[in-house]
Amino acid sequence: MVERDEVAELERRSGTAARLFDVRTVIGGLFVFYGLLIGGAGVFAGDADIAKAQGVNINLWTGIAMLACGALFLLWMRLRPLRGGAE
Amino acid sequence: MADATTLLSRPGAAHLADSLRLDMNWLDNLILISYFAVVLGIAFAAKRSVRNSLDFFLSGRSLPAWVTGLAFVSANLGATEILGMAANGAQYGAYTIHWYLIGAIPAMVFLGLVMMPFYYNTKVRSVPEFLLRRFSPSSHVLSAALFAVASVLIAGVNLYALAIVLRALLGWPLPVSILTAGLFVLAYIVIGGLSSAIYNEVLQFFVIVAALVPLTVLGMLRIGGIDGLLAKVNAGPGPQFLTAWGGTGIGQENPLGANWLTITVGLGFAVSFGYWTTNFAEVQRSLSAKNLSAARRTPLIAAFPKMFIPLIVVLPGIIALLIYPQIGKTGGNDYNDAIPLLMRDLLPNGVLGLAVTGLMASFMAGMAANVSSFNTVFTTDIWRPYLKPGMPDEHYLRVGRVVTAVGVLAGMGTAFIAASFSNIMNYLQTLFSFFNVPLFATFILALFWKRMTAKAGFWGLLLGTIAPVAFYAAYQAGVVPISTDQGANMISSIIAFAVDVAVSVPIALAGQPKTAAELEGLVYTRAAARDTGEVAPGDEAWYRRPALLGWGAIVLAAACYVPFSF
Repeated sequence: MVERDEVAELERRSGTAARLFDVRTVIGGLFVFYGLLIGGAGVFAGDADIAKAQGVNINLWTGIAMLACGALFLLWMRLRPLRGGAE
Repeated sequence: MADATTLLSRPGAAHLADSLRLDMNWLDNLILISYFAVVLGIAFAAKRSVRNSLDFFLSGRSLPAWVTGLAFVSANLGATEILGMAANGAQYGAYTIHWYLIGAIPAMVFLGLVMMPFYYNTKVRSVPEFLLRRFSPSSHVLSAALFAVASVLIAGVNLYALAIVLRALLGWPLPVSILTAGLFVLAYIVIGGLSSAIYNEVLQFFVIVAALVPLTVLGMLRIGGIDGLLAKVNAGPGPQFLTAWGGTGIGQENPLGANWLTITVGLGFAVSFGYWTTNFAEVQRSLSAKNLSAARRTPLIAAFPKMFIPLIVVLPGIIALLIYPQIGKTGGNDYNDAIPLLMRDLLPNGVLGLAVTGLMASFMAGMAANVSSFNTVFTTDIWRPYLKPGMPDEHYLRVGRVVTAVGVLAGMGTAFIAASFSNIMNYLQTLFSFFNVPLFATFILALFWKRMTAKAGFWGLLLGTIAPVAFYAAYQAGVVPISTDQGANMISSIIAFAVDVAVSVPIALAGQPKTAAELEGLVYTRAAARDTGEVAPGDEAWYRRPALLGWGAIVLAAACYVPFSF
């Protein structure tokens, strides 16, 4: 099959596997950034904000959770890198 | 495109109230703007990995399974889907989970366990290309053209939906939203290709979850937790609102207007298998995985988040109905306003910006899924074989980029047209929800029946597409008595499947099948199904075994029905 061989050839010359960055960098980075922003808003939350959110400091909790989630992604990336290493 | 129901196929979508205006401050805007910056950042960072057309259209078939799996969920998690399913939650209650469980999980597992080896091992670049190999150019052109046209129109309808939501929430004029979102999607796919689209979908998945979880938690607190929810449901819409199967006996009444047979055969089989196994916007994510094992795991990994999404989409819809009992009644808000109302009343600045960002992200990712599958089908299935064959690879890479721009611009044009003819758009949107059903029927015959011929493939596909459209038109004209659009949709899909098979089988029996040599790898045989392809180190780990993941998903989805079945 001509098409099949051609796809196999393109796959060999593909740049994605070797050159595409790790998406965990972006998820981790953005979540840490959002965690700091939203968590910061929680630290300085006014009474009106807390009253609106049913008495919960939702910004603080969301910020902490996002920060933790972002840190986990960065940690996962450190422990299991995309290329090289154990794999 | 959503499985069966979306915001725009719901009545009244064009009239989101101005009272939904959100009070955004600098922090919310900073969160939104930084998201746009990250989207473009991903595109430019992905650009250096695009060396040839396979990188651009299929990420060089080299992504890990968890990435393609989450992109698989996200491609179906457009904001029309989120707002529309929350609206269904407010209108029909727990019946809505059928779209997530029986209407998705079995089909995703079937794709992963049964169909994926044929898609991936034949090295086809698209779903229509499989028809070319198995049949002939006639069914290939038909399915590629239908898909290309549908994708552009759906992208436009999504863009229009985005624009009306942003007008209601942020006060942006329609052209501003259409141009901004359209050009962003255009830029990030032209620059980074499918890798850029998929990476953005993965990011979007996490942002959506982060945006909807606080909303759901605060909503639950507002109505007094699970006890408050049960008490309010019993006092308001009644206990049947929290059942999935109550009143679905044949001849019984229920708000969905469908009985257990139309739900299982129509939604669970025809609509769902058509959408999840042959819609290239979904299958493309699997084809970009790095080996067969990862490609098979793509829909299987996606099945697990999929079954828990109703907790942050349908549940807020139900909560909204309990907090605002006027929703859906004359003088009250529309069902589509369910999530925007909760955002307005429960979220302080900060998480509010996050929620708006989540909606924006899901709109763009939903549209990007349509656009990235459109450019692939147009280039590899129409341009390359029939218009300009035999050119060097750089030519097709360039065409892919140009076609992306053309597709998005056409989608933007559609969005502007939709702004003046929204009823026609609603109707089209519903039609597309069963476009994939005849394709699935043809695929089943092609895969499992050696005698199936090219001629039968073409006529089955053509008449299987026309018949349900005619039936749905008869329903719209009031000739067929069905109480809801959802019910009509499920029956249309059953008709599509039945007509396709009824037309294909006699034609195939009258014709001459291809020889066994020509069908090598294209028809189901025990050897082809057992071929594991290239094995990467670590693939044999128990938690990466497709059979275990697939059957695990089925068992868990069945268990998810238990709380809503008594």
